[in-house]
Parts: sequence; C-alpha cells; structure tokens
Amino acid sequence: MSDAAIQLTDVRKSFGRTEIIRGVNLTIPKGQRHAIIGPNGAGKTTLFNLISGRFPISSGTITVNGRNTAGLTPPQINHLGLSRSFQVTSIFPRMTVFENIRCGLLWSRGYKYSFWNLLGSQRALNEASDALLERLNLHSRRNRPAGLLSYAEQRALEIGITIAGGANVILLDEPTAGMSHSETEYAQHLIRTVSEGKTLLMVEHDMSVVFGLADVITVLVYGEVIASDAPANIRSNRAVQQAYLGEEAA
Amino acid sequence: MNPLYLLRRHWVWLAILVIMLAAPFLFYDWSRGRHSGFALTLMSEMALMAVFALSYNMLMGQAGLLSFGHAILFGIGAYFTAHTLNWVKANDIMWLPAELIPLAGGVGGLCCGIVAGYVATQQRSTAFAMITLGLGELFAAAALMFMTFFGGEGGITTNRVIHSSIFGVAYSSAWQVYCLLIAWSMFAAILMYLLTQTPLGRIANATRDNYERTQFVGYNPRVVRYWQFILAGFFAGIAGALYTLVYEIVTFDTLAAVKSANALLAAFIGGGGGFFGPILGAVVVVGLQSGVSLFTSAWLLYLGVLFIVMVMYAPGGLIGIIGLHAPIARMGRLGELMVPYLRALVPTVVGGAGFVAVVELATHRTIGAAQGKKLSLFAMPVDSSSLWPWAIAVVLAVAGALWLRAEGRQFRLRWNALIEDAKARGIGV
Repeated sequence: MSDAAIQLTDVRKSFGRTEIIRGVNLTIPKGQRHAIIGPNGAGKTTLFNLISGRFPISSGTITVNGRNTAGLTPPQINHLGLSRSFQVTSIFPRMTVFENIRCGLLWSRGYKYSFWNLLGSQRALNEASDALLERLNLHSRRNRPAGLLSYAEQRALEIGITIAGGANVILLDEPTAGMSHSETEYAQHLIRTVSEGKTLLMVEHDMSVVFGLADVITVLVYGEVIASDAPANIRSNRAVQQAYLGEEAA
Repeated sequence: MNPLYLLRRHWVWLAILVIMLAAPFLFYDWSRGRHSGFALTLMSEMALMAVFALSYNMLMGQAGLLSFGHAILFGIGAYFTAHTLNWVKANDIMWLPAELIPLAGGVGGLCCGIVAGYVATQQRSTAFAMITLGLGELFAAAALMFMTFFGGEGGITTNRVIHSSIFGVAYSSAWQVYCLLIAWSMFAAILMYLLTQTPLGRIANATRDNYERTQFVGYNPRVVRYWQFILAGFFAGIAGALYTLVYEIVTFDTLAAVKSANALLAAFIGGGGGFFGPILGAVVVVGLQSGVSLFTSAWLLYLGVLFIVMVMYAPGGLIGIIGLHAPIARMGRLGELMVPYLRALVPTVVGGAGFVAVVELATHRTIGAAQGKKLSLFAMPVDSSSLWPWAIAVVLAVAGALWLRAEGRQFRLRWNALIEDAKARGIGV
C-alpha cells in the first residue's frame, strides 16, 4: 500500500469506558483532497489527534506514508511528512508573525536544535518565510506579535505554520471555523493552492468548502464511517441524509 | 557591514561597556591614586550577577521554565574554578593562563547542567519548578556532606594570583580582576544574546508560547528544554567562576536557595521579556543588597516590597516599563509625560518616606535599640520610643498612598490619550 498517504485499519479509541472511535477503516491515496464530515461529537477531531499522534490509539493500525505510527511521538510523525492544524487556533502568540512561520520551516530545512546558526543570516530560510507570508496575505503583519492579529488572520497563520515545513500530508481541523463569508472564500482559495500536489485531509463544517474542495468525502457518525465516496454520491446517499443532514433533507 | 549601522543597532552593548569602564572612576580616590575597593567589588558583583541572571532568563524568559535551583549551576561552576585555580597553583601549570580560568567554571556548570538538566527537563511548568527546588536542596545538602570537593562549612579557599597570564598580568589588584570580569561578562552576555538568534533559541521561545504546537512543527520540547538547560548551565558556571575570581572563597551558599532566589528576583524585576532586562534587574538587586544594606538592616524587606510591587503592577519588569514608552517616544512626545511623572513623583516620595520611616522605626524598636544604636531618619535624630515619629510616619505613608492613587488616575488618562494617538497614527503599540 505504498500509494496510500494515510491508512487506518480498524482503529479504535476509548476514553475510559467510552469508545469514541469504533473501528474506522480509511485509505487516503497520495494527492487526494479528502474531507471528513459528521455531526458534533462524531469523533472527527479525535481521529485527527490519533493520526497526528497527539493521543495513542487503543487498537488497530495507522500508517502515514507507509510507516506504522504505533509508538511514535507527534514530532516523529511530523518527520514522516505529516503536519496538522488545530481547531482552536494554536500559534505562538508572543512571537512575531514572521517568526511563527519560520518556526514552522526550521525542522524541514534541517536546522534541528542547532545553536550555532544565526537565523538572521540564513537567507534561503528567511526568503522562504517571507514568500509564504506573501501567499498568506500576512506580509503587512510581518513584525507583529501573532497574538495581536485578528481572528481570521490568526486562522490564516495557523494554516501557514502547518504547511510551512512542506509536509506532503496536511491535516486541517476546521480551517474556516468562525470566519466570515469573504474570509471563508479566501481561505478556501488558500487551501486549494497550498494543497496542490499534496494529500489533504480536513475536518470542516462549511459544506460549500467541503463540496468545493474535496475529491472524496467521508462521513463519520458516532465513531464509525457510514459512507466514503465522491461528493456527488455523498449528496445522494440516503444513509448520510438520514444520519447527518436529517430526515427532512432527504 | 557598515560600522554606523552596527552602532545604531547595538548601541546598548557599547553603552554597557562604557558604563562598566567608567563607573569605577566616579569613586576613584584621586588624591591617593587608588580605586575604591568597595565600588569595584560592587561593580564586579553586579557584572557577575548580571551574567547569572541572564543565564537564568534563558530558562525563565526565553523557555518559560521557572527554576528554583539555578544556583546549583552557579555554585558548581564556582567550586570547579576554585579547584582549578588551586590545581594550577599547586602544579605550576603554565599552559592554562588566568584569562581562561572562567572557562573551567563554564565547563563545571555545563556538566552540572547535563546531569541536573536530565532530571529536571523531564517535566515542564510546575513539575519542572518542583524538581529544580528539590535539586537545589539536594546540592546544598551534598555540599555540607562531601568535604573534599565542597570543603564543608568553611568552603574552598583559593588564590587567583597564579602567575600564568597571556598579558603578563598578575591579577593581584581588584582593578585588574575587574577588567577581566568586564571582558568575560561582556563575552558571556553577547554569546547569550546570539543564542537567542539561533534555531534553538527561537524554538525555546516557541515551547514557551505553545509547547504543544511545537511538537507538531517537528520539535521535541523535552530536547529543547534540555539543551537550553545545559547551555544556561554553562553561562551560570561562568558567572560562578567570576564569583570565585572576585572573592577567592567558595562556600556552600553559592549553590543554596537564596542564590537561586536572587537570580529569579533580578530576572523578574528587570523583566524577562526583553534580553537586557535581567542586567537591569541584577544592577538593582545588587545595588539594594550592597548599597542599601549599608544604611539599614531592613534592606531585604525593601527588596521584597519592590518585588511584590513589580509583580503586581509591572509584570514585564523594568524593561517592560521602558518598552511601553516606545510608541510615545517614536511620536516624539515623551516630553508630555514629564509633568505627569513629576506630579506622581511627589506623592511617591512622600508616601515612600513615610513607609521607610515606619519600617526603620519598627526595626529600631525590635533590633536596633537592643543593640544600643541611635536611630536617625533622613539625617534627623529620632526617638523611636516616642509616639510622634510614628504618627508622622504613618500619616505620611497613608497620605502619600492616597495622593498617589489620585495622581495615578490623572496619569493614566494622559497616558491612554497618548497611546490612543499613537495607535491612530499607526505606530505599533
């Protein structure tokens, strides 16, 4: 299965006695834009936390780019080429916007924990950070502490930190949550361009974004996959309509 | 690079160097052609405490790690240096010049950082603080148990005059040692500054801001903490080495809790947010310790009050207060704060005088009188057993406080107006 970016085999996760993820099987081929939808509490974010290594799984296997992630820490999974964003904005608030992005770039550029390189003179690194800021439309905010940005700007920065390292598997957790209509449109455009040629897995509530971006949509209800198909088929799937969109939508 | 550009960007360093070189001459005894020993020791203590506080801030300000045991790194560095000096002297080692001796302290601190840091950095935040507290106690207890290395209660005495010098200097005079101290403290401070500009330094900031997110950009926060701890150990060790060079005796209180607390006080009062904050803090703390303690035995109380006031009203420290003025200064309207500041200064002096009088009266009654000392306040002889001085002191303190509160309101109005103006003009606040 070397062409799968992410593969989940009978993945289960329990918190105490409650089973949140109940045997999920999912294969996401390389280069696919894949959306996970489902009602609140379906376990979408938990699934993200399992894939990115934030929580260990209770049973089953998860592979990222062909490697089993059992026992790996979040940074180790990141080094396999997977990067994620957070539903609740998670940035470095006291550092400048530029430094936020640069932190996202450091590891992939091989700097590791070095304390002998002066960042000011790493031209390629700084140019790459600035170029990404330009793409994110945040260049005018370059030297501001990230904590002082507006909400939508922080969301854009969140995506920026996630993609900065050039990971080929990107997990976005509700990237447009809380955005206005025009901000959502811009975010959708941004996500489309940054995920070009990469594998994208996202959780999203805004259906226009989901149907506008995704090649395949997976519907998760109470920790189980009830459908995984092309958007057109999902729209006409009766089980989905009943479980997710409600009876009257059918 | 253009030297003028360098000067404009790094003028603070030059200013520090000039102050360090020039300040002792304010106390110079021109009639006898001698430096004041007190001033030199005071300045030396400030310099080495500044290095110590800066290294402390590598953990507190830069990595968000509150340590209660930083002095173990300082103390081990100091002991290493003392033993190195004794070893060099005993064996007439010529290849190790006196100028490089502080490196021994650095290595000692580094080794201590590798061992202690391995344990402490397993955890972060509160657990980290607790582990460092435990380590501090452990080392202090060990210092009294292992006689050969720590010398027990008497400590280790040494002699800095080792007659091996690159420049042929004996380091027998306080001025010569002070010059060596300037060189090493500047060197250590600049290195620590440069460290903040490296990938490790920035990722340390990232773990401070959001340790979980750091993991998802590929970094293991534990490794970041460990490296930062080890490097902080190196610089704390150098500070310890400078201590040994100045005092020529190392006792167990160099690694005890009080020393750790001093680093915390200096870093916090100066401000951990800006790089130069701890230097400012070290100057203030040492100034209070060495200067104010000449006049009163209640100096520790004043230090405590200063600390509490800073924590309550200026959590960014002195450097934070200075930083708040930046937007107003950039508008070129700092002058408009002159009058409000002067107006706030008057009640501060009144209230402060009242408070000091109360404290001094109290200490005189509890300690001073028993020792048969005469109390004089603000150059006036005062009888602490009569009621009047107490009444006046309390009235001054209370009136000053109330007056300051009223002035503070006025001040805040003026301040807010200026900041609003700065915002309106798009000057970053």
